[in-house]
Amino acid sequence: MSIFAKSLAAGFLAVSMAATPVVAANPAAGEKLAEDQTFTYSTIDEISSLDPQIVEDVSGSNVARDLFEGLLNQDAEGNLVPGVAESWESNAEKNLYTFHLRDNAKWSDGTPVTANDFVYAWRRLADPKTASPYSWFAEIMAIDGVGPVLAGEADPSTLGVKAIDDHTFQVKLSASLPYFAAMTTHPSTFPTPQAVIEKFGTDWTKPENIVSNGAYVLTEHIPNERMVRERNPMYWDNEHTVIDKTVLLVINDENAAHTRYLAGELDLGPVPTGQYKRLKAEYPDETHSVPSLCTYYYNYNMRDSGPEALKDVRVRQALSYAIDRSIITENILQAGQIPAFTFTPGATAGFTVPKVAFGEMTQAERDAKAVELLAAAGYGKDNPLKVEVLYNTSEGHKKIAIAITQMWKQKLGVEATLANMEWKTFLQNKSEGNFDVARAGWCGDYNEASTFLDLLTTDSGYNDSKYSNPEVDRLMAEAKTMDDPSANYTKVEEIIAEDMPVIPVYHYASVLMLKPNVKGWPFQNVEGKWYSRELYKTAE
Amino acid sequence: MLNYVIKRVALAIPTLLILIVISFLLMHAAPGGPFTSEKPLPPQVMANIAAKYGLDQPLWKQMVNYIWGILTHFDFGPSFKYKDRTVNDIIAQGFPITLTYGFYSFVVAIVTGMALGIAAAVKQNTWIDYFAVGISIGAQVLPNFVMAPILVLIFTLWLNWLPGGGWNGGQWQYLVMPVIALSTSYMASIARITRSSMLEVLNTNYIRTAKAKGLPWSKVIIRHALKPSLLPVISYLGPAFVGLITGSVVIDMYFSTGGMGYFFVNSATNRDYSVMMGITILVGTLTVLFNLIVDLLYAWIDPKIRY
Repeated sequence: MSIFAKSLAAGFLAVSMAATPVVAANPAAGEKLAEDQTFTYSTIDEISSLDPQIVEDVSGSNVARDLFEGLLNQDAEGNLVPGVAESWESNAEKNLYTFHLRDNAKWSDGTPVTANDFVYAWRRLADPKTASPYSWFAEIMAIDGVGPVLAGEADPSTLGVKAIDDHTFQVKLSASLPYFAAMTTHPSTFPTPQAVIEKFGTDWTKPENIVSNGAYVLTEHIPNERMVRERNPMYWDNEHTVIDKTVLLVINDENAAHTRYLAGELDLGPVPTGQYKRLKAEYPDETHSVPSLCTYYYNYNMRDSGPEALKDVRVRQALSYAIDRSIITENILQAGQIPAFTFTPGATAGFTVPKVAFGEMTQAERDAKAVELLAAAGYGKDNPLKVEVLYNTSEGHKKIAIAITQMWKQKLGVEATLANMEWKTFLQNKSEGNFDVARAGWCGDYNEASTFLDLLTTDSGYNDSKYSNPEVDRLMAEAKTMDDPSANYTKVEEIIAEDMPVIPVYHYASVLMLKPNVKGWPFQNVEGKWYSRELYKTAE
Repeated sequence: MLNYVIKRVALAIPTLLILIVISFLLMHAAPGGPFTSEKPLPPQVMANIAAKYGLDQPLWKQMVNYIWGILTHFDFGPSFKYKDRTVNDIIAQGFPITLTYGFYSFVVAIVTGMALGIAAAVKQNTWIDYFAVGISIGAQVLPNFVMAPILVLIFTLWLNWLPGGGWNGGQWQYLVMPVIALSTSYMASIARITRSSMLEVLNTNYIRTAKAKGLPWSKVIIRHALKPSLLPVISYLGPAFVGLITGSVVIDMYFSTGGMGYFFVNSATNRDYSVMMGITILVGTLTVLFNLIVDLLYAWIDPKIRY
């Protein structure tokens, strides 16, 4: 069993034993609640969809978790807690999961939520007609028969999901997955109302049509301006909900959103790029920075068609060593980001950052080593190394690219040029291998190291460096079925630190400003998953 | 006159068709597509999505289907990015918003711009002239993306008079700052054009005649000078009006109005093909329409112009 699975299993045991663990707003005794329990926050872009099987962006998923409820939820620390399912069990092989649904779960129109609603939703996720961008999630969940359904070769009804009775939902898997239950917190697995979808088609998510089973219902939606959700009186745990109304404002400019936060229009607002330090000093109780599951890194192009110089491991190491990461995190970003020497962030559950050799040196030692390595590779003042750094057009990426290329120039005499491209053009060029060194960022899909390290395996579709090391492939494949894969992860990180197919630059931090009277924010949840029903506002 | 209108409308059809074809081809020539993302989709998933949106068909067929959909059902297709909505939904929601603030900005720009321009021309080389020219140069050089945050700083953060953004069904409090920010540069252009054309007219022989026969100065200006000096202003106003009512990405972004200007620019970066085409066609049609209206207005203002 993997560490990840173990922590989940621990959660599972706790759940089975606790009488009625309720995750809801939990005001401390003596706290005076505010009269007006309206929570207002902003996002930078209109959400992609309100349909749980279609939605793909983070802010859309936040909304989906308020409007809909899946089998299981996460608490403030990211542990699994019951949702529509009160309990669940699996067979010994971990390939047959049975969920027992509560009998008081209802849709907002008063009809009960049954196992058939899940059967419908999961088939809908895999159905090629739905064309869900997240249908691959059904594939990594290893639901029995998903491959042929996705390919349109089998009817969605052949999918391994079954309603044993109204309150028992069973899933058959094609592989043994110890951490399967945790995947049911993902919005793409949330139940959806068949009758409503069949009646209204794509219009079913409009406020006048939508029927949902979460703690909130959608009452107003003006795309690209605002969306209002109000508490759902039919929700089974409505009595423990405190926030009456959550308002989402779409503000496309982070500075405008920040101004409106300061003007008191928002309870939760962004920290504009580069302003964390100042705001933290000015509003210490409201400005927060927490580690998040993302890594900022540079890809080397290691394809046969790529630059000859970058095929030399000494060159790759030299360029990585010469970057003083603390200058980037402390002088440019200044918002609690962590210098990265490994690909996987330390915030990842069950992952201890291994002490890779170059991370243990001082910057002066790394610089000296870099000069030595590059000279050994045959580059120097007379024969300077020439590379181009590609990034997508943005002030932030530009600052970092300038700093990095400047460090290369000063310390190693590298002649680096900068190239920037608009987002989609950048993606296309990166995936086609038209670059020397390219910026990249990766955020974990789930809270376990393999969501990062799988990226460096030969077959990964996200391996933009086109790095290939059979040993890494073997260790990662082996980790899937191990009780404790952490030794493999450490080994892979050590190999990467040696081969250096990518340059880890820093691990992200998420920064936000939150009014001091908003309580219950899950700062400990590194995936940033929050539910309005867990929040409450105190009287000031 | 009627013949002329019919001819112009008939000419508009091939114009729009060419616009559609060129935009369609340019759009597809841009690298990447609506479903290119940092986490590339597995091939099977990508194929299912492409099939749903018809992106698996040859380009010419996609274009023919697209034009056919518009002609037969007035259907501009689904948005690729905002998957719950169609292009018709997006335009139906965003256009009224930009139309509202655009129209008010238009009115404000014309009234203040022409007043400044006329005052400056009539009182040429006096402090009134310098003041009006100063204001219009100031307004011209201050771009709206600088103006918008300054307005919010003053009216929202310092004075606390107006909300910092939003739309709320177009209540006046939400309109004030977008209208000021959007109208100033148009006001400046109108003021400059009005001033110079007014000056030109005031130096003509028939104005001298009007003055000589003893007409009061105000009457000379209003009855004789104003109308002919409007010609260049009007040719500026046609495209300006279309520009205003189809929205401004800066206004939509900074004041979060939910207007169409943001969708227009954003659809290009997102490669949201259908939204981009839909708004391009709308803007194209409006441009053709208002150019026609401007030409008809010419005939009304200047009797020498005949169609």
